[in-house]
Order: sequence, then C-alpha cells, then structure tokens
Amino acid sequence: MPKMGRSTRKIRILVAKPGLDGHDRGVLVLARAFRDAGMEVIYIGLLPSPEEVAQMAVDEDVDVVALSLLNGAHMTAFPKVKKRLDALGGKRIAVVGGGIIPDEDKPKLMKLGITGLFGPGSSLQEIVEHVRGRVERERRRD
Amino acid sequence: MLREGRDSYWKEKAASVIEKRAEPGTLYDAKALEDARKGAKQWEEKVLGPWMKTGGGAGAERQTASGIPLKPMYTPADVKDADYAAEGFPGVFPYIRGVYPDMYRGRTWTMRMFSGYGAPEDTNARLKLLLGHGETGLSVAFDMPTLYGYDCDHERAHGEVGRCGVNVSSLRDMEVIFAGIPLDKVSTSMTINAPATVLTCMYAGVARKQKVPVAGLRGTVQADMLKEYIAQKEWVYPPEAHLRLVRDLMLYCTREMPLWNYISISGYHIREAGSSAVQELAFTLADGFGYVELGKEAGLKVGEFAPRLSFFFNSTMDFFEEIAKFRAARRIWATVLKEKYGVTDKRSLLMRFHTQTSGASLTWQQPLNNIVRTAIEGLAAVLGGTQSLHTNSYDEAWALPTEQAVQVALRTQQVIAEETGVPNVIDPLGGSYYVEWLTEQMEEEAYKYFERIEAAGGLLKAVKSGYLQREIAENSYRLSRRVEEGEDNIVGVNKYAVQEKEPIDTLKIDFKAQRSQVERLEKVKRERDRAKVGRALGSLRRAFESEDVNSIYPMMESVMSYATLGEIVSVGREVWGTYKEPQIL
Repeated sequence: MPKMGRSTRKIRILVAKPGLDGHDRGVLVLARAFRDAGMEVIYIGLLPSPEEVAQMAVDEDVDVVALSLLNGAHMTAFPKVKKRLDALGGKRIAVVGGGIIPDEDKPKLMKLGITGLFGPGSSLQEIVEHVRGRVERERRRD
Repeated sequence: MLREGRDSYWKEKAASVIEKRAEPGTLYDAKALEDARKGAKQWEEKVLGPWMKTGGGAGAERQTASGIPLKPMYTPADVKDADYAAEGFPGVFPYIRGVYPDMYRGRTWTMRMFSGYGAPEDTNARLKLLLGHGETGLSVAFDMPTLYGYDCDHERAHGEVGRCGVNVSSLRDMEVIFAGIPLDKVSTSMTINAPATVLTCMYAGVARKQKVPVAGLRGTVQADMLKEYIAQKEWVYPPEAHLRLVRDLMLYCTREMPLWNYISISGYHIREAGSSAVQELAFTLADGFGYVELGKEAGLKVGEFAPRLSFFFNSTMDFFEEIAKFRAARRIWATVLKEKYGVTDKRSLLMRFHTQTSGASLTWQQPLNNIVRTAIEGLAAVLGGTQSLHTNSYDEAWALPTEQAVQVALRTQQVIAEETGVPNVIDPLGGSYYVEWLTEQMEEEAYKYFERIEAAGGLLKAVKSGYLQREIAENSYRLSRRVEEGEDNIVGVNKYAVQEKEPIDTLKIDFKAQRSQVERLEKVKRERDRAKVGRALGSLRRAFESEDVNSIYPMMESVMSYATLGEIVSVGREVWGTYKEPQIL
C-alpha cells in the first residue's frame, strides 16, 4: 500500500544541514522554493548529525534528502548520510547536495549517488527540476 | 526592549520622524523650498516628460535593495526639515556626520583583516604575514567545533577541524596562535560568541604568560548572543543562560579588563542571513538596546559600560542605502541612549563600528569581479564613517582566501585610504539631498521595527518565537526570487554569465590540522594537573548553578589549569541544557 502511494504522491523532501553549520540562508530559501514547487518539505532545523538526518529521512518516508553545507565538511558529512541511509534500508531515497563544493570533490560524491552539487548562485528552477528528475527516475525503477 | 512590557517611546519616535519631515527646518526658507518644489515639478513636466516620450528610460519603477521606492531625483524639498545647527557637525550629538571631530583626517580607519584557518601554527603565520603587510589590528576566525564549544577530538568535530577558521581546544592553542605577537602592542578582535567568555579567559591567559597586564589588553570579542539566535545560529544553551554569561562578562571586564570591548553588536550576520538594510539596522540596534538593559539589570550604570559596546555592520552593494544606514545608525543610537536611557556621558553616545564587506555579495562565478564589489562596498563603509574595515577576498565564495587574495583585499582598502582623496573631507555625502532623505527613511523604518518588536513581546520573546528569524527568511526568499525573475541582476550570475571552470587557485585545507590538534590535546591532557582541573571545573559548576556568582573568575582558573574548551562548555550544558530553535519555515 505505501509503495503504491509513493509512486504517485507529492514529492516529500527532507532539507538538512548535517553538521556544525549555522549558515541556513540557502537551506531556508530552498525549503521555500521546494514548497512553492508543490513539494512537501520537512526541515529539521540546525545541527543534526549525519546519522540523525538519515534516520529522520527513513522515519519520514521521504523521496529525497537535500543536503546543504557551507562549512567545508561536505566530504565527511554527505557520505555519512548516504551510508547510514543505505544501512537503514533507505537506498531508494535520492540524495542531492549543494554548498561550496570544489570541482575535484564532485566525482567522489557523484560516485556515491549524491547528485546536483549545486554551488552558490544556482537557479532555484534548475535545482527544483533536478530534484524532480531524480525522484522520477527512482519511481520508474519501482 | 529586551523583556516584555510595552513602551510607547518607540511608537512616538517613529511618529516624530514622520512629523518632523512635514515641518520646514532651519536650512531652507519657505521661498527657497517653494522654488525647489516648483522647479522639480516643472522639470518633470517640461524636461523629463518630453525626454521620456523620445524613449528615455527614467520612468521605470526603482527601489532600494530594502524595497524603499525611489524618485528619479531628489531636491531640497525632500529634506525640507533639515536643521543644520542641530545636526551638522562631526563629533557632536547626534553624530550623524561621524563620531570624531577629525574622522580620517586624524587617523584612517583600522584595517582589520579577519583570518584564521587550520591549526594554530597556520594562523600564527597568517597573522604575522598581515602585520608585516601593514595591517593595524588582528582579527581571528575560529572553526566550527570551536564556535560550538566542542574539542577537536569530539565526534561532532570530525571533518570540521580548522576548515572555517582556526581550532582552539585549550589555552595551549591560544599560546601558539599568539606566539611572538606581544599582546600589549596589538589589538585583537575575536569572532566568537557562544564560548566568548572562555576565549576571553584564554586571551587573558596568554597575556598572563607573556607577563602583559590584563588590565591593559585591547581588543574585542563578539559575544553578541542575541544575533546568534536571530541570524548566525551558533548557540549552545538557551538564551537566558547565554545572556547570563554575557552579564558576567560585562561585570568582569568592567572591573578587570576595562579596555576590552566585550560585546560587538553585530548586524553583519543578520544581513548575511538575508535581511534587508532596514532589518539589519533595526535588529542590530534593538540588540544594542537589549544589552544596555541587561547591563542596567546587572546593576551597572550605562555610562560605565556603554563605551565598551561596539558595533559591527555589513556593507553590501546598494551603495547609497548602505551609507544612509551607517549615518542613521549613529543618530538613532545617540538619540535613544540620551532620551530613553538617560545617558549624559558623551563616550557612551558614540556608536563606533567595524564594517566588513558582504560575503554574500561575492559570486562564485567569475570570481575576479569580486575585487570590484569589495572596493565599492569598502568605499561605502568609509563614506559611512566606519572605525575599522575588513575587505573580503575575491576567492571567498570558493574557499578560505589564499595569501594572494588576502593581499589584494587589504590593498583595496589601502587604495581607498591613500589614493582616492576620500578621507580628506568628513562625511563628504552629508548634504546630498538623496543621502539625507534616505538616512531619514532608514531611521523611520527602524523605529517602526522597534515598535513591532515591542508588540511581539520584546526582543527576547521575538527571538524565542522565531519572529525575527522569519522576517529575515522572508526577505531572503524575496531577494532570491528577484534574482530568479531577473528583477535584480548579479553580473556573472543571471546576467553576462559564461561557462564556468575553476579559474583560480584556492586554499586547500587538508586533514593535517585535525591530526595535529588531536595530538596536542592529548598531550595537554596528559601533562596537566588533573586534580587542579577537577577543582576548577567544580567551582565553575557551582558558579553556573548560582545566579548571583560571577562565573568568569572560576572560568579563568579552569582555563589556566588547562581545562579544555569542551570541558568548560560541557559544564554549562549539564547545568542549563541545550537549545532547540523555533520553527522558522
């Protein structure tokens, strides 16, 4: 039953900053942009650990986790979220990310299935489209 | 302002700014004003109108970045209430033209470049480099674990040590940061808030080791906890606990470190979080009034501590609005301290402020363009009468800055100081019809916000309910939408964009700092007198548990015994718990 609902329902997205990073301007803008694009947005506030983010994503049965970090810790925190998600049975939850991510870090994150990796000044529309695309691909796979 | 309880003062002030504007002042006589008004009307009808019909572009609606609607041109009729005798001089109340009689003719602003990364050794080298380049004041940035009060070996610190600033886990790290820098010869600003009391103790600890009298230390800790909840969001405890620590620091410094600026009331982060210039002005000053009330509650006289309060503003791209903001801020501070808080001591009325150019205005795209942005923003700060200035480096949308980028940034303000001639005349934009009009607009909008904060139950309640945070988030979304829709343009981002590739060398921070910091911390813990640490932390806990004891004294003993930052902050976590922010979305 939940599975059927999942393929047609509104996109449920968890936006999170998995680390010691209070720079929430971007994440709050994105949360509003996802909401205005018709998604159900869950924002868990500041300072969750990567493990808590993954747990919340599974508990809330979301389609996507959108991660943002501007403190340079993305190479530690993003993979931790993904790893924990997989361990909790959340493999089908798409993980997208953004922040200040140098080009050289991108292939490593992409290889883990963390996509988007939007930098400052990215268009909101482009980010929304990317999230939709990821969810559609995951849903087709079901 | 801080606590609940309405005060009609704010409402009356907003009304009086509006009322005053309707009255002619002393600068123009009735006929001159009438001529100006008629002239402007005629110009619009006979000159501008026909010009527009030929395809001129002045007709489109324009507004400031805060959304204040703008006319195509300003005349004396827009500043008819100008009263030159009452407001016209620098170093004289209400200081709209500057806090000192000579401003930059006497001494240019302090060039203070915020820096810090990696291990303490890295930051020590960077500080010495800046001193060698002619910088006149130090400014230290800390990494996220330090800002949140975790030691480098804490699980939450993993991957974050030294990445956004320097890591400090114990007094030993501070000794390394300031090795070879005599603390009686420099002034140091430390951007630290939640653990500001601990870092102040550590700085004083380094001074003691250098045999420099603590009473003579000059510098600043930010310690502005109100803006942490509003914007920067680096807190540990609930607001009441942090305000109590700020109170202890005020009392301690008033007695022991009289030259130490123990609160830097910061609009910078409020602006970076997405507020407008008006919101930055209003929320920052409201915080300032909150601290004045906190000091009074602690039994201090405003004149005893207000001279140690300093401010920290943002300077971003709407050039004239920024300048108007700085001018309005000085006038509001002096006016309210005099009228509402009954201050007579002149030093307490002076709003001295540091300015940093806007990090959020820097673009990741075409980063060399950021040099131009920083120059314009730095110029606005100088025209606004700042006391010190940090100019951002062009590569900071990418990473912490390289040495080369920092040097260009410092040179940018040196060019403003040495080559432009701008410092030669005090408040050179004073008297500009537009700037004077906009200064009054900013002032009026700020008073309206003070009244709204009072209506929301006072500052503390407005912070805890998330009212101020939501106001900022709404504005930030409005700004993002405007860029998205092309109503606002950012060069290289939504206009004149090119295919980007990584065009500049950036500073790479490896994990070396994490390893070396953990090793040093382990060594400190091995070598210290454990019994002494235990006793010091025990008396710190008793001080935290009792509302009336000043906790800075046992904190100093804890620091001197090499109790770590994490250990000291944890005592507070056990006594007061942690904080969960209100829902902002």
